[in-house]
Amino acid sequence: MSDTMNNDVLLVAEKLTKRFGGLAANQDVNLSLERGKLHALLGPNGAGKSTCINMLSGDLPPTEGRILYLGQDISRTSAAQRSQLGIGRSYQRTNIFPKFSVFENVRLAAQSRNQRAWKIFADAMNDKTAVDKAMAAIEEAGLTSRAQRIAGTLSHGEQRQLEIAMVLATDAQVLLLDEPLAGMGSDESHQMVELLLKLRPSRAILLVEHDMDAVFAVANTITVMVNGQVLESGSPEQIRASTQVQQAYLGHEEMLHV
Amino acid sequence: MSKHIPLILKLIALGGLLAFPMADSPFYTELVAKTVLFGIFAMSLDLLVGFTGLVSLGHAAYFGIAAYTVALMTPKYEAASFWTTFPSAIGISAAAALVVGIFVLRTKGIYFIMVTLAFAQMVFYLFHDTALGGGSDGIYLNLKPDTTLFGGKPFDLDNPFHLYYLIIATLVVVYLFLKLLLRSPFGKVLVGIKSNEHRMKSMGYRTFGYKLAAFSIAGGLAGAAGYLYAVLFGFVTPELMSWHQSGNVLLMVILGGMGNLVGALLGALAFVAMQEVFSTWTKHWQLVMGSVIVLSVLFLPGGLSAVPRRLKAALTGGGEK
Ligand SMILES: Nc1ncnc2c1ncn2[C@@H]1O[C@H](COP(=O)(O)OP(=O)(O)OP(=O)(O)O)[C@@H](O)[C@H]1O
Ligand SMILES: [Mg+2]
Repeated sequence: MSDTMNNDVLLVAEKLTKRFGGLAANQDVNLSLERGKLHALLGPNGAGKSTCINMLSGDLPPTEGRILYLGQDISRTSAAQRSQLGIGRSYQRTNIFPKFSVFENVRLAAQSRNQRAWKIFADAMNDKTAVDKAMAAIEEAGLTSRAQRIAGTLSHGEQRQLEIAMVLATDAQVLLLDEPLAGMGSDESHQMVELLLKLRPSRAILLVEHDMDAVFAVANTITVMVNGQVLESGSPEQIRASTQVQQAYLGHEEMLHV
Repeated sequence: MSKHIPLILKLIALGGLLAFPMADSPFYTELVAKTVLFGIFAMSLDLLVGFTGLVSLGHAAYFGIAAYTVALMTPKYEAASFWTTFPSAIGISAAAALVVGIFVLRTKGIYFIMVTLAFAQMVFYLFHDTALGGGSDGIYLNLKPDTTLFGGKPFDLDNPFHLYYLIIATLVVVYLFLKLLLRSPFGKVLVGIKSNEHRMKSMGYRTFGYKLAAFSIAGGLAGAAGYLYAVLFGFVTPELMSWHQSGNVLLMVILGGMGNLVGALLGALAFVAMQEVFSTWTKHWQLVMGSVIVLSVLFLPGGLSAVPRRLKAALTGGGEK
């Protein structure tokens, strides 16, 4: 309880559970995301990481458990409402507007922050706030030279950057990032790690990522999931030293070779 | 220069429409007016189908509701006022679409198609099987609406030319209205919903409200066409809102190329032209027309509005495919 009184704790998951038929994709998962901290969520394929993000973002309703945003229960709110509260996400499987330009993808994201005026006769391009915000997000994600390209024609890695630009353009305070580095070249990966470090002080970030170098470079806290349950949660040093975690990754040692 | 070609072509087409009555052929003037009304009707449906991704198979209901509104508002031996009936007809069809939209927009894909059809059938039977609108015979509009305003008559709907120009003016207004709408933040959201509604929601858009607004606006614009149709022909029947009619306007949109306003107009033109030509050739004209539509869908993806682009691509080196 005292945890949720802390103003820096933005998002809390309490005993989150998701069952798909008989399969418990998440079982009693507890997580807490603080402003200024990056929380990494690790686990082998099928551990339930994306399911957890889907519940936090409102894409999937939890079977049991609660989600608190600034102490308020938001478990039953829609994805759109959560986005408006300041919870933004990116998708593991690229989820963009493939036929629109990069700029239009991001501009739409930015426009979502100002919907009160459903302006029917204003030119969308005259909404300076949205246009500027979009350009800034595109630049942060390193896509300025691609702004006018059709999103569907970008390389896979560039589409991942676009995903990030779209979350940033919504001014999200909580970032839920599902494998943002997957498919990026080492240059872009490097740039993305820099960006995460730059974003970290002002937001609360949940990062699902298989690239261990990146995770240990940016994470303040790490939670390891296996078979839908939290195996261990703690500082990067604790996780690295944990025999439990090492056992869980037996046969996946390459992930912890750092 | 080539940037202005589309605009120049549109102005030429508009000039042609404006000059048409000079040909002094009442039959063809009326046919052109009818085509233009179907064009407005098709553009209104294209807002849903081509721009928002909502395939409605019940759009004739709103066309018909507006037509019945003017018929029912007109006393038997007296003309009703244009200035009250026209906005009322548009408002009532928009309101009907709003109410229906609240229900149908909860469904998606094939269910949406079926449910829009089901609601339109309900409206059809309401007018077909009850005394409300004169049953299956419909109602005659004995007197065209009166345009008297502040003691003067700016135009006269009993004059076929005036009515014709009112229809052309409505076409221009509806076209410009939709152009502005699609350029606006609201329009961008609709196109985003068509492309990826899930992503729109996750970016914070409550898409239901946008879709409902689009559905209602499309219903109101269909109503503008339906009203003028009733005034042009002087009678209304339940056939105006039958599923054939809903299907026909959907075919016009597909024929012209979804998501293109000029395409919707071309689709209406092609549809009416085929109807006229084939029905003089053979009794089985619907069969011929059906075949032409199937062929055009197979061999002309993107519809008539995509023809210039495809021609250009073919002419400037067919290599780049
Ligand atoms: N919509 C769904 N319906 C049924 N089962 C699902 C659904 N989504 C996920 N699952 C199952 O839940 C389990 C957890 O899946 P999830 O995608 O959350 O894993 P993950 O940790 O993100 O894996 P990866 O690293 O491969 O992305 C898997 O067994 C998956 O098959
Ligand atoms: Mg996953």
